[in-house]
Amino acid sequence: MAWTRKILRVDLTNGACKTEPLNMEWAQQYLGQRGLASKYFVSEVDPKVDPLSPANKLIMATGPLTGTPASTGGRYSVITKGALTGAIACSNSGGFFGAELKFAGWDMIIFEGKSPKPVYLSIENDKAELKDAAHLWGQTVWQTEAIIKKTHQDPQVRVSSIGRSGENGVLYAGIINDLHRAAGRSGVGAVMGSKNLKAVAVRGTLGVGGLRDPKAFLGAAAAAKKVLADNAVTGQGLPTYGTQVLMNVINEMGALPTRNHRDVQFEDARKISAEAMAEKRPDGKSHLVTNAACFGCTIACGRVSRIDEKHFSVVNKPEYWGASGGLEYEAAWALGAANGVGDLEALQFANLICNEDGFDPISFGATVGAAMELYELGILTKEQIGLEAPFGSAKALCELAQMTARGEGFGKDLGMGSARLCAKYGKPELSMSVKKQEFPAYDSRGIQGMGLTYATSNRGACHLRSYTVASEVLGIPVKTDPLTTDGKADLVKAFQDATSVFDSAGVCIFTSFAWSLADLQPQLDAACEGDWTMEKLAEVGERIYNMERLFNNAAGFTAKDDDLPPRLKTEPAKTGPAKGLVSGIDKMRPEYYKVRGWDANGVPTQETLDRLGL
Amino acid sequence: MRATFKLFATLQDYLPAEAKKTNALALDLDEGTTVQQVVERFGLPQQSCHLVLIDGIFVPPAARASRALKEGETLAIWPPIAGG
Repeated sequence: MAWTRKILRVDLTNGACKTEPLNMEWAQQYLGQRGLASKYFVSEVDPKVDPLSPANKLIMATGPLTGTPASTGGRYSVITKGALTGAIACSNSGGFFGAELKFAGWDMIIFEGKSPKPVYLSIENDKAELKDAAHLWGQTVWQTEAIIKKTHQDPQVRVSSIGRSGENGVLYAGIINDLHRAAGRSGVGAVMGSKNLKAVAVRGTLGVGGLRDPKAFLGAAAAAKKVLADNAVTGQGLPTYGTQVLMNVINEMGALPTRNHRDVQFEDARKISAEAMAEKRPDGKSHLVTNAACFGCTIACGRVSRIDEKHFSVVNKPEYWGASGGLEYEAAWALGAANGVGDLEALQFANLICNEDGFDPISFGATVGAAMELYELGILTKEQIGLEAPFGSAKALCELAQMTARGEGFGKDLGMGSARLCAKYGKPELSMSVKKQEFPAYDSRGIQGMGLTYATSNRGACHLRSYTVASEVLGIPVKTDPLTTDGKADLVKAFQDATSVFDSAGVCIFTSFAWSLADLQPQLDAACEGDWTMEKLAEVGERIYNMERLFNNAAGFTAKDDDLPPRLKTEPAKTGPAKGLVSGIDKMRPEYYKVRGWDANGVPTQETLDRLGL
Repeated sequence: MRATFKLFATLQDYLPAEAKKTNALALDLDEGTTVQQVVERFGLPQQSCHLVLIDGIFVPPAARASRALKEGETLAIWPPIAGG
């Protein structure tokens, strides 16, 4: 059913699992998943809480469309106070775990406290219990999933877990489900590790039911699927080439951050692109094996690849010779262009290590980029790092990934993220981050709207809070000029609010390359009780964004945190269409605050709060 | 006049075999050759020419018939694609 109306509350300190009814009044105001779980979170957690303390909570939440026949309806989110950022975190993942959680009859799980010893949560429909995880602690994500499936004697159990990085306090550790899908950003896995919670294993056989109007819902879902199938982007472009097709696009546009944002174009971009993944290698095979879909997805953008067995990274390591998840664009950029590494096989190896041991390849790759710049400046030495680490070193990338996964040597420094790393070595300005979270793959000098997106993202620098690339680069829904700041305040707000709705519904944001809210609305209205009009959805999206902002403000974030590193404001792009340009963030920020109904300090005005019922 | 012509994703099939490895081809063009004329010369389906850039700057559909290429410019074209 749209909402199962049931929450599982797990007190890790005393090992108790309790069932609670879902607050249906809040569901009408915050929909589900990101919005509804964030409402629970901000209502229960002190904004000043130490993210790694037992007082922080961690919520795994589905949306009302999760597990239904809606296309891409398999999403779930993890909400907590981020270990990397200290801001509210919401990391969204696909795969099959979210739908299984819904099939077991749960809208969300709220974890609180800290277990005195490693445990994992086992859910089989109504039955939920904490089990000893001593034998899982120290295991990778992949090992953990295999052991749990074997222990439960059930290959269909779905597992979400942390790897060794989450245990070791890597501040950008994520939570991985179905081996390759990740609630990846902001350090939600580090929070899970701090609670001695290794994994959640779910088996659900209750299915979905109780939709408000099943016939209308199936009609709306079918119509929306046709929109995806008929759209050239979601029907053909994404399944064929995946997100990686952007590598050459963004490079041509002069917005591909390269060598820790020193440059905006990468001379080896083509070597690490979707086109390169599809080519035959010297071994006669292509890197790309096939595409893949998450639960209920009719787009299937995922990549499945195979490393050349002769590549230095996997010599005598047959465990990495099989087909596995990746590369996706953001990871390929962070592990590649951000470090000047143009070795596709090396990028996939580092990506596998990130999946295997559960840490965010964006933050990891960008942190390596910062370390490489510190090395080139002579601030970090070969002795400190343990190897030579100039820009472009594929060997260093692969070694550093393994060191970070194991928590060994310089890997411990890398596990802090670039902001803390650069501060430790006296060059805080070299961290390419906002709110201590590293940028994704778009340079805000060449795509101005993304600078405002990063600066005002509630979870730190992130492309998935308002993907204005869709408009500024791809012309979705309308083409805007990436080189101007004009109109970007309105654009970013519109994307932020709409994204909040998609993230709260249980579907993938990639549907929005073809769907507008008008395609999502009939599905929600038919599935959920209540009157889910376009106006209501727009208000819900804005309410969610402001609620997150209020939490961050109360946590101590101010307007000065809505800013970009000095490099992007003072060092013009050297090449490409943006040559000579810096980010116009200082012009866009006050315009954005005004559009938002926030004061000059970035605080929502009383009028805004009253209008949104906050 | 010399210009560089790049085709990506599924459109790279319209390039000569030797050019596919770089997605790029050097073109000798008459002065005044427009984007549209290059598209037609290579037989590219109009509906597949979704993202058209000259030196990284977007050329809107309405300008493609009149926008002439200049010496040293790079014309790059993609079909409908997305990422993120």
